[in-house]
Amino acid sequence: MAQDAVPYGARSPLSVFWSRFRRNRLAVAALAFLAAIHLVAVTADVLAPYDPAALDLLNQFASPSTVNLLGTDESGRDVLSRLIVGARVSLTVGLLAMLVAIVLGSAVGALAGFYGRLTDGILMRVTDGMLTIPTFFLALLVLAVFGSKFTNVVLVIGATGWMIVSRVVRAEVLRTLPQEFVPAARAIGASDLRILVRHVMPQTFASVIVAATLGVAYAILTESALSYLGLGVQPPTPTWGNMLSGAQQYVWTKPHLAIYPGVLIMLCVLSYNVVGDALRDALDPRAGRSM
Amino acid sequence: MTRYLLTRLLQGVILLFIVSAVVFLIVHSTPGGPAILNNPDVDPETAKAIERDLGLTDPIAVQYGRWLGRAVTGNFGRSYQHQFPVIRLIRTRMPNTLLLAGTALLLAIVVALPLGVISAVRRYSIFDYLATVGSFFGVSIPGFWLGIMFIIVFSVTLGWLPSAGMRTAGVAASATDLVRHLIMPAVVLSTFPLAQLMRYARSSMVEVLSQDYVRTARAKGLAPRRVIAAHALRNALIPVVTVLGVVTPRLLSGAVITETIFAWPGLGRLAVDAAITRDYPVIMGLTMTTAVLVIISNLVTDVAYVALDPRISLR
Repeated sequence: MAQDAVPYGARSPLSVFWSRFRRNRLAVAALAFLAAIHLVAVTADVLAPYDPAALDLLNQFASPSTVNLLGTDESGRDVLSRLIVGARVSLTVGLLAMLVAIVLGSAVGALAGFYGRLTDGILMRVTDGMLTIPTFFLALLVLAVFGSKFTNVVLVIGATGWMIVSRVVRAEVLRTLPQEFVPAARAIGASDLRILVRHVMPQTFASVIVAATLGVAYAILTESALSYLGLGVQPPTPTWGNMLSGAQQYVWTKPHLAIYPGVLIMLCVLSYNVVGDALRDALDPRAGRSM
Repeated sequence: MTRYLLTRLLQGVILLFIVSAVVFLIVHSTPGGPAILNNPDVDPETAKAIERDLGLTDPIAVQYGRWLGRAVTGNFGRSYQHQFPVIRLIRTRMPNTLLLAGTALLLAIVVALPLGVISAVRRYSIFDYLATVGSFFGVSIPGFWLGIMFIIVFSVTLGWLPSAGMRTAGVAASATDLVRHLIMPAVVLSTFPLAQLMRYARSSMVEVLSQDYVRTARAKGLAPRRVIAAHALRNALIPVVTVLGVVTPRLLSGAVITETIFAWPGLGRLAVDAAITRDYPVIMGLTMTTAVLVIISNLVTDVAYVALDPRISLR
């Protein structure tokens, strides 16, 4: 929805934004890390030295060597290959779940802000309600009942992460409605839908981008937690989360197996959080709101 | 005030109804009941009979009505898995979760507020920078991974702390033993709320420090320490209280993970077991318990907010 119009395509606001963003060194480093890890995820098939599912039971728990750079796991599978392919799965889940959350949250926030009154009242009550219940319990319940298929995992994480987006979008819509171009569009006979999609939603773009970035962090973290409980994306498909839960059994003897995927999850989530925060500072014309 | 409390109470009851109906619908909406799921060897005939006995073959509306009728009298039925009444199961597990979550919350508050305030007062100092980076790590570390790392370091390598449970087997129960078991889970559970609270305290304090009344206090020559302690701090902490309302559901979600890592016998682990084995009565009982806990904590937050800020009154 928000991608329809890109009013920020003009050269100068973009360079203003970039020069602001660049001042945050931590964020630039985080962005570089994210670019690298996404590149790895996209090219996983080429990069992974071995088939991540290939068992080699004679070669369990091999130490790092020139053959297996990071060693092998409990089934003799190559750890590096699994990390690389796991990056693709984990990041895909994160990005898709974020997309679900953005679509849901934008729809709810836009309708609430645009129509106001009863619509607003009901939708915002639902949003507040969702914010106050422990959604993680709900997520694990739904997955236990309906099964942890890839689509289910994505949908459930998205469906528990849209509330912040809807609040942000609603606030932006309320801020936009009184501006002259909205009554102007109405005066020339534009429909509600057209006003909302063509004129109001583009104004929410900056805020949605920030929420989306932070949303990916939430989604990756949640997927890994669900995987840990055995309710995320199911093995043999490797994700960082289910690699960790597999490694936990061997913590006493092979602690390094638990360290790699955890470090990657943390760095990714951290980078998304840092970039999201920096984006907020750089995109917000009323800057200085947060750190 | 009384009117406000009554309205909130009514809202709470409505919320309980909605939540119970939604969760009931979710858990009962797929084929493959608990009897079949728990024992694949049971022949279809017997499974059917068990399902009929448990009333699972009735229409969902009828089942929900029956559940509701019992639930309002405080009867949540028996656990399929444990054969105990659900209420007894929850009652024995609840204190453990409250102890864990309470300790974590206390830890988060005690550490986060001073750090956040000092960061704000010394904005852009090394301290502020480190605290900010630290808080980013705090909201980004997967709780279960931190738990595993703690076990590797403090249990496996150093052997200082026990890695699981609430007490050492074969040793007489003692407070010291309990505390030793409590340390790691409580620290892990507190990490996220701690970082969140700290960031919130910092930004709130930064905002207050730029207010006119703080400038006035400084201009009239008050000692910096007094300006911060007497004028700024009290106002800065008011909005922080509202965050506590957001933190409670977060703590309960976190408890699910933390209790699983450290084999802590609380509601969180019960929730995981119940969800996986589809122990319907336990799931419903836990849903209601959590909802009530959240409603109560929101109410307490609201009341505390009013008590702290004379500018706000409850309608």
